[in-house]
Amino acid sequence: MSRTYLPLWITFALVLLMFGAGASQFDGFASLRVVTNLISDNAFLLVTALGMTLVILSGGIDLSVGSVIALSGVAAALLIGPYQWHPLLAFALILPCAALFGAGMGALIQYYQLQPFIVTLAGMFLARGVATLLSEESVAIEHPFYDAVAEFGLELPDGGWLGATSLLTIALVLLMLVLTHYSRFGSYVYALGGNSQSAQLMGVPVARTTILLYASSSMLAAMAGIIFSFYTYSGYALSAVGVELDAIAAVVIGGTLLTGGSGFIIGTVLGVLLMGLIQTYINFDGSLSSWWSKIVIGGLLFFFIALQKLLSKQWQSKAGGKA
Amino acid sequence: MTNEATILNSTPDQLKAARQARYSPGQSAHQFSLYLYPLLALALLLLVNLLLDPQFFSLQWQEGRLYGPLIDIVNRSAPVALLAIGMSLVIATGGIDLSVGAVMAICGAVCANLLVLGDWSIPAVIGLAVLTGLGCGLVNGLMVSYLGIQPIVATLVLMVAGRGVAQLLNQGQIVTFQNPDFAALGSGSFLGLPVPVWLVLLALLIMQLLLKRTALGLFIEAVGCNAKASRYLGIDDRGIKLTVYLLAGGCAALAGIIATADIQGSDANNAGLWLELDAILAVVIGGAALTGGRFSLPRAVIGVLIIQALSTTIVVSGLPSKFNLLIKALVILLVLLLQSELFRHQLKTLLSFNKLRGGKA
Repeated sequence: MSRTYLPLWITFALVLLMFGAGASQFDGFASLRVVTNLISDNAFLLVTALGMTLVILSGGIDLSVGSVIALSGVAAALLIGPYQWHPLLAFALILPCAALFGAGMGALIQYYQLQPFIVTLAGMFLARGVATLLSEESVAIEHPFYDAVAEFGLELPDGGWLGATSLLTIALVLLMLVLTHYSRFGSYVYALGGNSQSAQLMGVPVARTTILLYASSSMLAAMAGIIFSFYTYSGYALSAVGVELDAIAAVVIGGTLLTGGSGFIIGTVLGVLLMGLIQTYINFDGSLSSWWSKIVIGGLLFFFIALQKLLSKQWQSKAGGKA
Repeated sequence: MTNEATILNSTPDQLKAARQARYSPGQSAHQFSLYLYPLLALALLLLVNLLLDPQFFSLQWQEGRLYGPLIDIVNRSAPVALLAIGMSLVIATGGIDLSVGAVMAICGAVCANLLVLGDWSIPAVIGLAVLTGLGCGLVNGLMVSYLGIQPIVATLVLMVAGRGVAQLLNQGQIVTFQNPDFAALGSGSFLGLPVPVWLVLLALLIMQLLLKRTALGLFIEAVGCNAKASRYLGIDDRGIKLTVYLLAGGCAALAGIIATADIQGSDANNAGLWLELDAILAVVIGGAALTGGRFSLPRAVIGVLIIQALSTTIVVSGLPSKFNLLIKALVILLVLLLQSELFRHQLKTLLSFNKLRGGKA
């Protein structure tokens, strides 16, 4: 077991521990129903966090994802409702637009050498601003397609139910797994995060990769917004506030280094599951207040960052010893 | 290796600015040009307001204090101005503090709960709140300087957990109190000006004295330009980083006190929510680079005034408030682009190209 995988294993152990703690204390916790609910409740966060993983692997950050979720939800609700578009047609318009938005941020970061933090912060205000401009009120979605999607799913034993959005989320996870770990684009992203100057010298198309990866982050966030709209049957400009922070937290808890260049998609999945499990545990308990989840997640964040620091220090001293 | 990288990363402009800020004989001219653009932007915004509303510059004297749109802008800027003062110092060392909004909420909760308990004097309440803020700053500072954690992440921990702590203190309720003396800190007035404005001026004065009359300012700039190089020069870069996070925590506590006194209650969910982003923006609009080194407190405060004046302009112009965020985003993008050398170059070429064409025609 190499040191690279250690944070991953720790997160995995914590997920098992949390699940075990829940299962031993509450009846009905250790059921497929709880597991499938975990996936469907956190589907939009998971999809957002996938894109965030990519961005963080490259050494950047994307603060705009929460606003993009809200914007795509509002846009979808408006197109389907007042404008009478078919949902699929609406999605076909929204996803490329989101990709273009992300590409714009990537281009600003790449060509004008601006900091990702402040550019995506502006993107966050911009997307939220456009969403409020489109509609200040929550827009309800009523369409036969949404009902059909809600009914579609895989029935599992033990009360488990994998709905269409959960299946889509799982498919996206697999896609990102392949894209990140087994494609040329993925290795470019890792190279960028390791050291962008060396990457450039090695012949990595830095500009194209940077623009593409911010585009995919925004597109995944828009996808998350669509999944969220299936969850709430509405689009609201003030929804998904602060999701970017949850996504960043999940990525960090999943063992991805915030300086870039090291991390795994599966770690992010585990990070989201761990955060979801904490929430589920608190819901099952009933007496614990919701603020405990914030404090616990903050504590976990600290634990993982300190762990990473310790590991990288050990690694450095070992490398220094060899040289 | 990392040392070389940091030297490579700091642009000649940054180094030049840091040098010129103190040692260049053309110091005053350089300083002047640095202040020119933010002040021009502010003046332009105020002018637009005056055109939209002829009464905009009018001031009334009522019940021993001044009233008017200008006073309103200054007063509403107070909490963010305090945050921006602390944030400037943190950003000057190349860091960032995302937790200040949550720290505001924690300190507000401390104030409200102590006041509800009764038998605490106002100075004791303020003192404890400021101590709490300093404690939060200490946590951030220790993580950044001694554990070597990236500032964004280190302060993210407190940003996420801090609001939870504030809710825990308030037991999930909005804690309100009846204390006219404490409320005066938020809504009272002194010598005709609102108390929060005096607090900002006081904080600004103390900080400026601290920075300019001691070596602290120079050390902060040195650490921000190159932490490793400054360590070789004998500057305790870790101590400096710890100090700036402490000061940022203290400023956030003051902002929290003002916000709590203003609404006479503590709302853990909404107190100081997203104000850290406004503060960061103000610092960037004031011309500081997020990479560290160059900074100025007065310019950051001007940045805050620009942001506040902009929101007021949107209200005065009669545009619905839903345009607020959009316009803000566009202004930020413009400011960011103007700070980029490449964009300025492109703009210049574009302008000269137009002139050329104009000349030919």
